[in-house]
Amino acid sequence: MNAMPPLTRRLLLTTGGALVVSFALLPKLAALAQNVPKLPGDLDKTPMLDSWIAIDAQGRITVFAGKAELGQGIKTALIQCAAEEIEVDPAGITLITADTERTPNEGYTAGSHSMQDCGTAILNAAAQVRGILIELAATRLNLPAEQLKATQGTVVANDGRSVRYGELLTGQDLHRPAQPTSPLKDPKNFVVIGKPMQRVDIPGKLTGKPAYVQDMRPNGMLQARVVRPPSYGARLTQLDAGAVETMPGVVKVVRDGSFLAVAAQGEFQAIDAMQALSALAKWEQGPVLPEQTTIYDTIRQLPSNDTTILDKGTPGQQGAHTVRATYHRPYQLHGSIGPSCALAIFEADKLTVWTHSQGVYPLRNALADMLHMPQQQVHCIHVEGSGCYGHNAADDVAADAALIARAIPGRPIRVQWMREDEHGWEPFGPAMISEASASLDANGKLIDWQYDVWSNTHSTRPEGPAGNLLAAGYLAQPFAQPAPKPIPQPEGGGDRNAIPIYTVPNARVISHFISQMPLRVSALRALGAYHNVFSIESFMDELAHAAGADPVEFRLRHLDDSRAHDVVTMAAKEFGWQPDAKLPRGHGRGFAFARYKNLAAYCALALELEVEHETGAVKLGRIVVAVDSGQAVNHDGIRNQIEGAIVQSASWTLYEEVTFGRDGITSRDWSSFPMMRFPAAPESIEVHVIDRAGEKFLGTGEAGQGPAAAAIANAIADATGARLRELPLTAARIKAAIGI
Amino acid sequence: MTVLNVNGQQHRIDVDPRTPLLYVLRNELKLNAAKFGCGLGQCGACTVLVDHEPVFSCILPISVLEGRYIRTVEGLGSEGRPGPVQSAFIEEQAAQCGYCIPGMMMRAQGLLEHNASPSDAQIRDAMAPNLCRCGTQMRILRAVRRAAKAMMADAGTMQETAK
Repeated sequence: MNAMPPLTRRLLLTTGGALVVSFALLPKLAALAQNVPKLPGDLDKTPMLDSWIAIDAQGRITVFAGKAELGQGIKTALIQCAAEEIEVDPAGITLITADTERTPNEGYTAGSHSMQDCGTAILNAAAQVRGILIELAATRLNLPAEQLKATQGTVVANDGRSVRYGELLTGQDLHRPAQPTSPLKDPKNFVVIGKPMQRVDIPGKLTGKPAYVQDMRPNGMLQARVVRPPSYGARLTQLDAGAVETMPGVVKVVRDGSFLAVAAQGEFQAIDAMQALSALAKWEQGPVLPEQTTIYDTIRQLPSNDTTILDKGTPGQQGAHTVRATYHRPYQLHGSIGPSCALAIFEADKLTVWTHSQGVYPLRNALADMLHMPQQQVHCIHVEGSGCYGHNAADDVAADAALIARAIPGRPIRVQWMREDEHGWEPFGPAMISEASASLDANGKLIDWQYDVWSNTHSTRPEGPAGNLLAAGYLAQPFAQPAPKPIPQPEGGGDRNAIPIYTVPNARVISHFISQMPLRVSALRALGAYHNVFSIESFMDELAHAAGADPVEFRLRHLDDSRAHDVVTMAAKEFGWQPDAKLPRGHGRGFAFARYKNLAAYCALALELEVEHETGAVKLGRIVVAVDSGQAVNHDGIRNQIEGAIVQSASWTLYEEVTFGRDGITSRDWSSFPMMRFPAAPESIEVHVIDRAGEKFLGTGEAGQGPAAAAIANAIADATGARLRELPLTAARIKAAIGI
Repeated sequence: MTVLNVNGQQHRIDVDPRTPLLYVLRNELKLNAAKFGCGLGQCGACTVLVDHEPVFSCILPISVLEGRYIRTVEGLGSEGRPGPVQSAFIEEQAAQCGYCIPGMMMRAQGLLEHNASPSDAQIRDAMAPNLCRCGTQMRILRAVRRAAKAMMADAGTMQETAK
């Protein structure tokens, strides 16, 4: 009934050789010899099976995941994994997510890791639980396990007898460590994984059920708002809050150093009071910001730590053609539609926080540090918020709520940021610069590749010390922001996807990590991959042009990975890509490809667009995508993520840039930081999923970001003849480039 | 005291009449669907219908709403019996985080009550005030087209029945 592990099985099928099979087993034997078997996914960090799965006497199944729903549909996919391997109906599973007193600590829900780490853990834990249930039933029925099978919450014997799961388990049966290998089902027998299943959370969200942290209203709750300083680092020097304390509904003005907030009975009363407080507060301006017009020069002149992340062959080869280009990406927003929100209550020396943070455990540790409390006295519970797309203000607002709750013990405190604060104070995706240089031989093959990228850190997440929580830096006894650290390869931060996936015999890639952060920055969806894929995939088109080659064919000639070949070929075929296609004036088409982090999902896309000659405005047409996410658990979930990534990236790419003056951030709403609206949305997006049954899950949520940006730039170049290398590719820039 | 008609029910509301409708819907009436997005009338997360017209409830004080007919997503249907627009959005799985979707559905409901079979360009123009940051726009457009068809079919059935 149970297949061998997929890799071994496939090797058997494709080679038929016993010698190859034993060779495949060698690394495992070596691991056993060292007595350090690696457990699948996050089972390696949290090995006890009952940390992941509980089955009660009635057979009700609860699955515990340390990853959180961010709108990416992870709950549904995790339920599918569990249901498939435990052999129950998905409707029979209750899923508990991200809670510091109930679920495994899986760090952050980030980096497209949820299926790889959590999905893999749950898939394997569920298979092992099914194995245990069958063993227990074999003992109970006095039959060999081979005569038993699990189905619909019951173990059924060949002789017709059956036992329900709930009757088999007693107390500690699942309190045992997971094994390195699991009796996983053969993917061809899957009935839930890879089959259509609607998202479990959508009906409630679409009918007004309380679905978000914003919707919580515990008894006795107070509404609070924070008065943020006028700029980074400003200090509150003078405040007479007496007039505010007597305003209708106001319960308390909370001040700690330069952290200023007000709690009231009603939400609009809290907003009224916040505005009144803001008018009364006197601030000493913080350090001035750099000039926006010369920000890239400023960044290049800051000290950097340089790391050579690829050094291959003898870089510096001269060829028939050498191409050089420099690319820029501005600071950009997460821009969640719902401003960040949290609830907190402080009672009996314990703090409980309801948060849409991506990492409840790290947040707990940072809050404990900020409040000088033992970590065990802080309980963080994930409740969904508006989509975050990385490290937005979720953790900051949780810190705000915690500080206000401590000042007003016994009352639940709800804080939601105002739009102006979300736009002005969230940590932005960092500005970046890259320089590329490459040489082609006479046959149009790449022989040399050099690439340098300059960036701040892409993570200032509060992972323990409080200093990365916004409010912590403004308290009477402030916490210093910890020194930023780069995220190392192979995942990378600013240098994520900076190493080309293409085959080049001589190559050097250098990551320039800049510690000083003129603006507050952190993780924005895809991190540096957005800029690096934009750069590399724009550059590949420039090189194809120099080689006189079709951009798709030029990519294929430098790709050795057969799965990369497959997505590129499928996207081109489904789009109807023809070399030398003749398009009407002002129309262009573009292609781009990347494997996210060079180790997660593969994504290739082709698109067409039109540039309005008089205005430079871009109208996006048809977009066709091919994606390989490994074993596809929920095809529509993958399509939804890819479609979303493309539309979001198109908006970043065409319109978006944080603006600032010397005194502070000036893009404080959707007027000063415009994003894509419906009339400018693409004509269509068609996503083709290549399902690799039995293969590892490959993270997909961020895979579309970079390719979409580059395909747009390539199509604009195709339409106009003008190559734009500085994001965003605004109508004004296009108009200037085409000289009208 | 302000009397508001929300989803066909009269509510006596005792808050400052300057209070924008959104806060009254969410806090006094405990209706979750309309969301705070910007408080500036720029994103549409708070969209509700007032006398069949989509409005930004985050900037509309309740003082001007007495005697008006206010509708929210809760008035379109329930989880057990979703209305045609809700069903269309569920069928198309037109949500990622879903925070903006109630506002999208009210905007679509308002459009379809005025124009039973809008063109694609008319749908895009009508939906323009509402923002989705997850990038669900393609599915939202499909859902509005699906809802239009379903509502036309329902109207056809009702006419047939009337005959």
